[in-house]
Amino acid sequence: MTREPLWTRLWPPLLLFAGFLLAWQLLCVLLTPPAYLIPAPTRIAAAAIAEASALATGTALTALAALLGLVISLVLGTAIAVAFSQSRALARSLYPYAIFLQTVPIVAVAPLIVIWFGTGLTSVVLVAVMISLFPVITNGTTGLTRVDPQYLELFAMRDASRLQVLLKLRLPGAVPYLVTGAKISSGLAVIGAIVGEFFAGYGAAGYGLGYLIVQNSGRLKTADLFAAIFACTLLGLLLFAAVSLLGELVLRRWRGREHEA
Amino acid sequence: MSAATTTDAANGRQDPRQDPQRDPQPPHGPPQDPQPTPLVRARDLDLRYPGGLLALAGVALELHAGEFVAIVGPSGSGKSSLLRAIAGLTPTSRGELRVAGLTPAHARTRWARAAFVFQDPTLLPWRSVRDNVALPLELGRSRSTTLDHRAEVDRALTLVGLADFAEVHPDQLSGGMRMRASLARALVTRPELLLLDEPFGALDELTRERLDDELLRLWQRDRFAALAVTHNLAEAVLLADRVLVLSPRPGRVIHQQAIELPRPRPPGLQHTPEFAAQLATLRARVQESA
Repeated sequence: MTREPLWTRLWPPLLLFAGFLLAWQLLCVLLTPPAYLIPAPTRIAAAAIAEASALATGTALTALAALLGLVISLVLGTAIAVAFSQSRALARSLYPYAIFLQTVPIVAVAPLIVIWFGTGLTSVVLVAVMISLFPVITNGTTGLTRVDPQYLELFAMRDASRLQVLLKLRLPGAVPYLVTGAKISSGLAVIGAIVGEFFAGYGAAGYGLGYLIVQNSGRLKTADLFAAIFACTLLGLLLFAAVSLLGELVLRRWRGREHEA
Repeated sequence: MSAATTTDAANGRQDPRQDPQRDPQPPHGPPQDPQPTPLVRARDLDLRYPGGLLALAGVALELHAGEFVAIVGPSGSGKSSLLRAIAGLTPTSRGELRVAGLTPAHARTRWARAAFVFQDPTLLPWRSVRDNVALPLELGRSRSTTLDHRAEVDRALTLVGLADFAEVHPDQLSGGMRMRASLARALVTRPELLLLDEPFGALDELTRERLDDELLRLWQRDRFAALAVTHNLAEAVLLADRVLVLSPRPGRVIHQQAIELPRPRPPGLQHTPEFAAQLATLRARVQESA
């Protein structure tokens, strides 16, 4: 597989973003809209610098919650997918509830979680897990069950046990699917952490980005709000990029190409 | 072949017990008396799939230890179904089928001396060639602990000429090399029965011819019983001691042809009038059946 170098893939969207900021700035200078409606990029940058430490701790807290949520989703989702792959009856009876995770409006359930688990990291992580679990389950189940029948016959010829089929065929075969699931879940885990912080916050332990967004929107500090939104986006992008990179390394090893550039 | 090996003049077969080149074999398999029990015997065999499709009807065949038999027939004549039934992968519905004196399912799990070469190489993409070839040694209750796995894998890789590609992953191999790896994986367990389901059918002609020669060399050396499904009549004549022709669905054996050509097959055999005569007879029979 030939891949373009990172830079040639990065510069078109970066250039577009720079153009977008420039146009925004220009329009703000020309039309002078009220700052609480649309602050100019320079104003947002100034706000970000002024609130740098709050943004940094907020980003760190949210990143921690999102990362914890993602790791739990990966472990739990893979375990559930393995269970589904081993028992059709189990998959049939539990799958509808897995879909429930995907369809339930998380903003409606989050207050319930706060009632049950109180405010703080546990509740925030729980919301992140609820949102990011489903793609791991579906991708994992697909990878574990979509096995070429000839491979199963190959294993049957040697009278392989169920466990051997799982460990030597199904699980390694599901790795590309699990990597895809992890990539989708990484973005969702950040969203989940922010939504969780809307409701569950961290109390005295500090403020996550979600809390900063609620607070700044309440006070019409729109420039600060935009700064927090950019921080959220950046965090999501970074986590996605990190998971993608890790996934790429895993897949390269999986294909036996770890020595190639 | 070394001069020390003896040849059974009656059927042109070598007695493997007297071949000093042959590696030591675990003491399995049927005894080789003058009137040996066939390794595979099918009588009046029907195979009906759960959907109701009758794939085989009244198939009778025998395969003896050390014999190479090819099965040809039109598409859908149940050639692969027959092979899968013998492997114990597909249940039959009526009649008798015995492999090493056992039902195919028992032969698969207890005898465990048969290997299957699929139409596709079916290599695991996340394993190196070495680890793919080693796979059968890692699986099952019949896992042997007496044999040195690494040495066995090396032996199999050398047999198919892949010793230099042991650490490579399958997607870096050509189609022919993948098929060699698949063959090595089948041979690593030193099978007494090799079942081949159109193994070289997807390869280009030159590669297929080369692999046919390789297969002949390996068979000549180890004298496992081989049952190969092919749609290539010339390939069947080249490889086999006997060719069975199956009828269109539902398949049954409508013709058997003993191939009267020297063993080991001399190079350039395909261009001799003897070969052409055997092939012409077979082709005529197949055309009659179609």
